[in-house]
Amino acid sequence: MNPEELQRIAAEELQAKSAAKHRIGVCTASGCLSCGSREVLKAIEQEAAARPEANLRIEGVGCMGLCSRGPLVMVQSGPVPAENSGAGAETAFLFKELTPADAPALVAYLEQQKSDPPTVAAGSTASSLAAKRCDLSAPFFRRQVKVVLEQFENIDPERIESYLAAGGYRALLDCLHHRRPVEIIDEITRSGLRGRGGGGYPVGLKWSTVAKAGAFVPQAGRSSRQSAGATAADRPDGPRKYVICNADEGDPGAFMDRSVLECAPHRVLEGMAIAAYAVGADFGYLYVRAEYPLAVERLRKAIVQAEKRGLLGRNIGGSAFNFQVEIRLGAGAFVCGEETALLASIEGRRGQPRPRPPYPAEHGLWGCPTLINNVETLANVAAIINRGADWFAALGTEKSKGTKVFALAGKIKNTGLIEVPMGISIHEIVHEMGSGEVGGIKAVQTGGPSGGCIPAEHFHLPVDYESLQAEGSIMGSGGMIIMDEGAAMVDVARFFMEFCVEESCGKCAPCRVGTTQVLLLLEKIGRGEGTAADLGQLEELCHLLQQTSLCGLGQSAANPVLSTLRFFRREYEQLLVDNTGKSNETDGSQSPQQGPQEVKK
Amino acid sequence: MSGGRVITLQIDGRDCGADENQTILEVAQENGIFIPTLCHLNGLHPVGGCRICMVEVEGAPRPLPACVTHPAEGMRVTTDTPELRRRRRLILELMLAEGNHVCAVCVVNGHCELQELALQLGVDHLEIPALYPRREVDASHPRFGLDRNRCVLCTRCVRVCGEIEGAHTWDVMGRGLKAAIISDLNQPWGEAESCTACGKCVQVCPTGALFEKGKATGEMVKRHLHLPLLTAMRKEEEER
Amino acid sequence: MPSAPRPVTNTAADKRWRPVEAAMRRNGYRAGGLIEALHAVQRAYGYIDEAAMRAIGAALQLPLSKIYGVVTFYHFFHLKPKGRHTCVVCLGTACYIKGADRLLQTISREQQVSPGETTADGRLSLLTARCVGACGQAPAVVIDDQVVGQAEESAIHRQLAGLNSAGPGSDEEQP
Repeated sequence: MNPEELQRIAAEELQAKSAAKHRIGVCTASGCLSCGSREVLKAIEQEAAARPEANLRIEGVGCMGLCSRGPLVMVQSGPVPAENSGAGAETAFLFKELTPADAPALVAYLEQQKSDPPTVAAGSTASSLAAKRCDLSAPFFRRQVKVVLEQFENIDPERIESYLAAGGYRALLDCLHHRRPVEIIDEITRSGLRGRGGGGYPVGLKWSTVAKAGAFVPQAGRSSRQSAGATAADRPDGPRKYVICNADEGDPGAFMDRSVLECAPHRVLEGMAIAAYAVGADFGYLYVRAEYPLAVERLRKAIVQAEKRGLLGRNIGGSAFNFQVEIRLGAGAFVCGEETALLASIEGRRGQPRPRPPYPAEHGLWGCPTLINNVETLANVAAIINRGADWFAALGTEKSKGTKVFALAGKIKNTGLIEVPMGISIHEIVHEMGSGEVGGIKAVQTGGPSGGCIPAEHFHLPVDYESLQAEGSIMGSGGMIIMDEGAAMVDVARFFMEFCVEESCGKCAPCRVGTTQVLLLLEKIGRGEGTAADLGQLEELCHLLQQTSLCGLGQSAANPVLSTLRFFRREYEQLLVDNTGKSNETDGSQSPQQGPQEVKK
Repeated sequence: MSGGRVITLQIDGRDCGADENQTILEVAQENGIFIPTLCHLNGLHPVGGCRICMVEVEGAPRPLPACVTHPAEGMRVTTDTPELRRRRRLILELMLAEGNHVCAVCVVNGHCELQELALQLGVDHLEIPALYPRREVDASHPRFGLDRNRCVLCTRCVRVCGEIEGAHTWDVMGRGLKAAIISDLNQPWGEAESCTACGKCVQVCPTGALFEKGKATGEMVKRHLHLPLLTAMRKEEEER
Repeated sequence: MPSAPRPVTNTAADKRWRPVEAAMRRNGYRAGGLIEALHAVQRAYGYIDEAAMRAIGAALQLPLSKIYGVVTFYHFFHLKPKGRHTCVVCLGTACYIKGADRLLQTISREQQVSPGETTADGRLSLLTARCVGACGQAPAVVIDDQVVGQAEESAIHRQLAGLNSAGPGSDEEQP
């Protein structure tokens, strides 16, 4: 497909959309599907078919964020907004918790009322509908700035035309026809985009390392000794550089990558293709969790559609650029989110990390230079190309540019997905957007099992990579679990350590055994049997994990413990034997059951 | 390994010349500087798994394993500090607590690398609770035995079997604390079709996990020099 | 590349083996296709048995211990058949905060099956997941691949009681 063709298809699609008096979009992401949005979509379609004069256009669309109130349905009227303008439709109404029974009222109403929404004062059938209308001026919606989630309410995830109408693939064709790879990397570098998978590594720097890396020379010196597992026979012939999209979102409590994959698979594919062109790769893998069947299904569909339209495959967009993408399924191992473990898994091996350096950018898949970016990172790429680095860099803070998608969950009213500019305070997210009760919230956990808990007293902090790290937590992939006064922090730490014990790959000794020993201590303290010496031992082991583990999983496994120790140490101390007055004598050396064990003959 | 650029670095304050393709461990050994190791064995690919050989490198945020880290120009390495010693001791304690290591009844008592390491690092008791796992002993092989209670998962047996003998009878199953050494499809060693009974795994095992049957404890000395010799001969053969 | 050897067992005659063969062929019978092949086996048979591992080992020229090591590393793969129905309770953070552990205990008690196990009659497997990504709908339970959000004990109980004794989607075959 050349740029003119793309324009034509997009224009046709837009015209078809604009011809309808009202556009009804029903969320078909897994959150809303799990509470029956498929049935709602069917009911509305049936109702609309019975009343063709209503002139409605009904689509399954992407996630609209307020997942706890699903199924969500968006009704828009007036002309379709210009692509990438950031502006919404002229009039838009969002309905929450719709049921199939609401369909007749909705359609009847839209037919009569032209473009006005049902109001509370309206007639009897509409009043129940009116109660289900969301206030789009509420902070939950108003505070959001959408780049990654942009136009989700307008994009049918299963039709490439719908993505094209939303300005899709324009950036890719622009790159292929008008920009040199080095210019693209420069654009990304200037935008200040950082890796959204957790680490926050500058994306432009990573791209340029891969771009500069030479073609792979088999069995050259250092490389051969580092790839003990992959032999020459494993390596496919041909491609010498790879782009990998890390879609192994494993943090419990994080689901933004899932949403992006389910709602805009083409946005990720476009980002991958641009990245591949920029670094000189012609083959890509999407490594997706097997636990996300819907995302996998839509990705497969998207790849087929893009290949058919000549936007993936050979001679993309009439240029000389070839790029082929394949999906690789994860198989239930959290550690495979770590990039070297992910590589091992794609190579068909046990997903165990290897020491870095060498970094995948220079020595990756089958020894070839490999670019690994997370889903959200790649979903930012097309927007940066379309609107320029300066626009992107104007969002966010000095060191953390752009926006971040967070998955809000836990003890707040509005749970779901939000996208906010970096630098917004935790207070704004939790209390204003999430409608969390001020005073009732104790802490927010960010970064999953690698992150930490930030107490309510620190909610004034801006959300950016550095601030969160200074608090002993991490940005992570973007899970935010809000905890109320009922949450016992020792138990929260125990929960995450149990996760790490389960997910430790077993390669290095500190993580394999250390996590279990930490868990035992947390359980002991939790039962009220711990001593002050145990607390000391706990900290010592946590530091050992941080300092000596082989990969990021082990190195950060202690973060939930250390951060709760830092801010909620009293909760630990209150549980100690010495502090409850139960038995002050039982400690350290005199304890019969925990005496030192002889190992020597 | 050689053939790279020649660089200089400092180990424990001493200036050392090195090839950039060497590891810090190799350079240290060449210069008579001792770094304790466990999973490392000359002649096998290093994995950096046991973390005993961690050394401090100026400017690095955390200690690095000497067996897989390559030297760089001007690098300053410290191999022995109270901090490092404490960490090594704790790692060793973790390993001892993981399995069932009772030296008094072990076949390699007195010839055991794990035992020797404990002596070197001064680990004479455990501060952390032993886990006392229930692990199986496999005595199905006519000549050798496997006692998983004494295994520290260094994977030397896996590597020597795959890389040198080429049989790949051994591998690791499961993950985390449940990881264990298996032969073929987790079947008794004696029934593993791929095993050539070459015995290399027994010779490289640092503990009494893999042992020869029918030998008295005093005779259970492992031939650790066997492997470097074998790999050297193989290399010479390849280069001819 | 050496020419690809054919599977040694009679799996070649088994219709269900075809997608596995296809998965291996798609990856050029290279070792890198191992996990893809294992996914195909599990999709076709519901679990991965010894014969399948041997056949894959022969086709991809991989050591058996390596295949066994890979299968047991990934929690998604099963060495034993699962029940005709599955109930997966998500134990992700959001679900845990909203009481997923209590929900799991209740289901386990009512269905008389411990987590990770299958009922004696092979009707139901009770499994847990580390996060199914439906955190906005916590607590989440997945019954036969259908996510049930904001799961309540009584509703789950009703749904599990309603599962027929055959497999999912086979209502018609029941008398």
